[in-house]
Amino acid sequence: MSKSNGTIVGVNGNMLTVQFSDAISQNEVGYAVLDDRRLMSEVVRIKGQFADMQVFEDTAGLRIGGPVEFTGDLLSVELGPGLLTQIFDGLQNPLPRLAEECGFFLQRGMYMDALPRDTKWAFTPVAEVGATLTAGETLGTVPEGIYEHRIMVPFALPGVLTVEEITVAGEFTVTETVAKLKDDRGEIHEVAMMQRWPVKIPITAYSDRLRPDEPLVTKIRLVDTFFPVARGGTYCIPGPFGAGKTVLQQITSRHAEVDIVVIAACGERAGEVVETLREFPEIIDPKTGKSLMERTVIICNTSSMPVAAREASVYTAVTLAEYYRQMGLDVLLLADSTSRWAQALREASGRLEEIPGEEAFPAYLESVIASFYERGGVVTLKDGSRGSVTIGGSVSPAGGNFDEPVTQATLKVVGAFHGLSRARSDARRYPAIDPLDSWSKYPSVVDDDLVENARQILRNGSEIDQMMKVVGEEGTTIDDFLVYLKSEYIDSVFLQQDAFDAVDEATSADRQKHVFQAIADLLNRPMQFENKDAARRFFHQLTQTTKDWNRVRMDAPEFADLQKQLENQVAEVSNHA
Amino acid sequence: MRKVYQEVENIAGNVINIRARDVAYKELAVVESSMGTSLAQVIRLQHDEVSLQVFAGARGIATDARVRFLGHSMRTAFSDNLMGRIFNGGGLPRDNGPALTDNLIEIGGPSVNPSKRIIPTNMVRTGIPMIDVFNTLVESQKLPIFSVAGEPYNELLARIALQAEADVIILGGMGLKHDDYLFFRDTLEESGALSRTVMFVHTASDPIVECLLVPDSALAVAEQFALEGKRVLVLLTDMTNFADAMKEIAITMEQIPSNRGYPGDLYSQLASRYEKAVDFDGAGSITILAATTMPGDDVTHPVPDNTGYITEGQFYLRNGRIEPFGSLSRLKQMVNGDTRDDHRAIMNSMLQLYADYKSTLEKQSMGFRMSEWDGKLLEYGAKFEKGMMDLSVNISLEEALDYGWQILSECFEPMETGIQSKLIDQFWPKDNAGAAEEKPELVEA
Repeated sequence: MSKSNGTIVGVNGNMLTVQFSDAISQNEVGYAVLDDRRLMSEVVRIKGQFADMQVFEDTAGLRIGGPVEFTGDLLSVELGPGLLTQIFDGLQNPLPRLAEECGFFLQRGMYMDALPRDTKWAFTPVAEVGATLTAGETLGTVPEGIYEHRIMVPFALPGVLTVEEITVAGEFTVTETVAKLKDDRGEIHEVAMMQRWPVKIPITAYSDRLRPDEPLVTKIRLVDTFFPVARGGTYCIPGPFGAGKTVLQQITSRHAEVDIVVIAACGERAGEVVETLREFPEIIDPKTGKSLMERTVIICNTSSMPVAAREASVYTAVTLAEYYRQMGLDVLLLADSTSRWAQALREASGRLEEIPGEEAFPAYLESVIASFYERGGVVTLKDGSRGSVTIGGSVSPAGGNFDEPVTQATLKVVGAFHGLSRARSDARRYPAIDPLDSWSKYPSVVDDDLVENARQILRNGSEIDQMMKVVGEEGTTIDDFLVYLKSEYIDSVFLQQDAFDAVDEATSADRQKHVFQAIADLLNRPMQFENKDAARRFFHQLTQTTKDWNRVRMDAPEFADLQKQLENQVAEVSNHA
Repeated sequence: MRKVYQEVENIAGNVINIRARDVAYKELAVVESSMGTSLAQVIRLQHDEVSLQVFAGARGIATDARVRFLGHSMRTAFSDNLMGRIFNGGGLPRDNGPALTDNLIEIGGPSVNPSKRIIPTNMVRTGIPMIDVFNTLVESQKLPIFSVAGEPYNELLARIALQAEADVIILGGMGLKHDDYLFFRDTLEESGALSRTVMFVHTASDPIVECLLVPDSALAVAEQFALEGKRVLVLLTDMTNFADAMKEIAITMEQIPSNRGYPGDLYSQLASRYEKAVDFDGAGSITILAATTMPGDDVTHPVPDNTGYITEGQFYLRNGRIEPFGSLSRLKQMVNGDTRDDHRAIMNSMLQLYADYKSTLEKQSMGFRMSEWDGKLLEYGAKFEKGMMDLSVNISLEEALDYGWQILSECFEPMETGIQSKLIDQFWPKDNAGAAEEKPELVEA
């Protein structure tokens, strides 16, 4: 496509109106030239000879008549070895290298290559000359940290391609040609290890998309047992400020049983990202023995960075996640917070003077949110292996009220809802996921009947608690009071989890099964007490012992001892019967 | 010499439109008319039509006003001469001192590269137990004080300004009552703190556009001091007035409102100011404390709500006291582990007991019988409110912790506090001839 040029005819905030010469396309990237800087922008609407362009930077200083250079490309990211451990902004600029270049502040118009051009990677060919391949199939591999990074036929190449040439094993930079492919029209394509892909288009170079039915263990008991997430599934975490959304996401990013975690810090506090940036390299992943950073990519567009790039950041993140899925890996994308992204859409929509929907969000909000979450999923690749992208998005509803448009649009498309409650976080019951309002459509790591029983106790317990507030303890029967105590017991020893305890912070699926079964057995025993005080004392003690049990490693000898002790404690009160 | 335009086409609210060429977005202009001279900023360009926001308001601007573009965007002077000075939002002196024109810096500059930030580790001591002990303020933190009209939030800010360990204090006043402005000025002057203070003040009667400039000017100056390695404390009051000024201007500009009339970018606008709080890797820091009044004491109002999502916690100021519940310093655990061994224990158990006291109060008001334990709690609650929560209390962290032990020992047995025995042995007051001392003797006898 020939590249078009344009002239600025209007500036309103970060929105430019540009008169263009030759053909341009919707969502094409152009650069507004300001002295020696070029400000990246994207076409968001075309009207006759005028295009509205959203600038990813501050627009101060732009003038009427200023030139705009179109690129002919959609907003794209670089895909190849070297993405892991990196920290990018929403447009895939590497932030640490930007800091080396520009110092403390983010200079506008500074763009850098996402993948270092001088690093050499050890390429081992897999495909042979003469082989016929389609997009997404493996040409060769490169070791990237702890993973084998697949170099694939570029996703953009259509049809069946024949390998004309492929290099022998050796060290190459990401831009050096490693293979030549011939397409069915006889045209030769030179392929390097790096390819580019437009962020707003899903990568679909796989053979089949499957139903997510395998649990993704997050090691958070309340999630895995009660409101599970599936590999390739989607879930959302709405909650008012201070309820612990970000902490929950941080814990998940540390412990989740996946290969790669992509963190999209979208329009949130810079300080929280800094914690991740500074702490992750220090934390050792027990599974791999390497630092957590080795499996992490961070896309960071904090609240004070330009709004338009915030919108791009979630797409950049999901594209990187899809890329690693193509290698047969399980990827978890954590987006914090999707509300900020929706607000970016709202700001752009307002500047375009579109007719607003509810709370001034654009009318297309729902479909945009839906198509984002739909990019998650578990797939069978062309070589038969499986990969998945699981998406967990936090939502920050205005006033903590879940009836607002972003929460509602998200609830329609996700498979699990982890609603955080202010009441629980005020009571320091963490994680503050509401055990009664939340839901999940995915299979739990423990037996469904057991979970249903526990849910029943929790529901009844909560009702009795409400009633007791009115009639007082005196007006409650001892049987009801026991149900209430049981529900409080389940809450304190299973739903709540101590994020600061080395053992309790992460509970494996096996342990969850074991402990949950044990607790269910204990609670099923008939118990009899002289009075309510005796019952309360008993449950206090039982809670204390169970909490101690939670803090003991499963392979430690005390583990069995403490379980025995619990059984004895319960046996004592059931002997009264 | 730059061209002068003399044909104003439209005037609406504070915005005037003229036809001009080769004007840059956000460029400043001088608008002269018979009623006076004011700065104005370009806020929209459409072909050759330029919309200018007039800082002093459009009142009295004639259709033949002279408009001269300056070729740069909003700037403010920066040097050590700023210390002790008072300016308006537009950077002009308010204190009869000379105008400063040297070393001009752009305001509303780019944001800090997150990889140049560090995890904050220094406590900011304020001498207020409810902050120092229970919700420690941390260098580079951004914290709002949620309050309602009539509460002494300005007095609180002034006290923090006087007592906090900071090299430079920058006060940004938005929509201040003139009395409050004088209060700040006089308080800082009397205590001698004015010499390390820079004030940017917009009073309620000043033009509304200048209100918008206050936080940007204040924070731009703060950033420069921080880059020089200084620890800067920025006090902003009241951010709700700032948001309301934005609302007023957005609506006159016919922008589509999102929630209760506020513009859709309220979150981003507030965030770009609050996010200036920073601990630079290899330079100084900026800590921001901002008063945010909650209209109707409603925390779900768009301004406090959006603020809560941006800031690292919040203080609730109610009935002249910092509420222990709801108030939160998200960064406190980064510093309160290294102050004194008993800090966290005192913080947790005193709050826990105070919560119990609150539920006892509820029981009492419903007419339930008071047990012995309830009696202890009632005594404790009264002492806690008087000795810790009252804003007039002014003691160091260590004194406050000691005082905490004393209150506990006056009201409870050691085991009733739930504090681990190691700390009890170390800190429980020995000389206090309270119940705690007598009981063991009885057992021995």
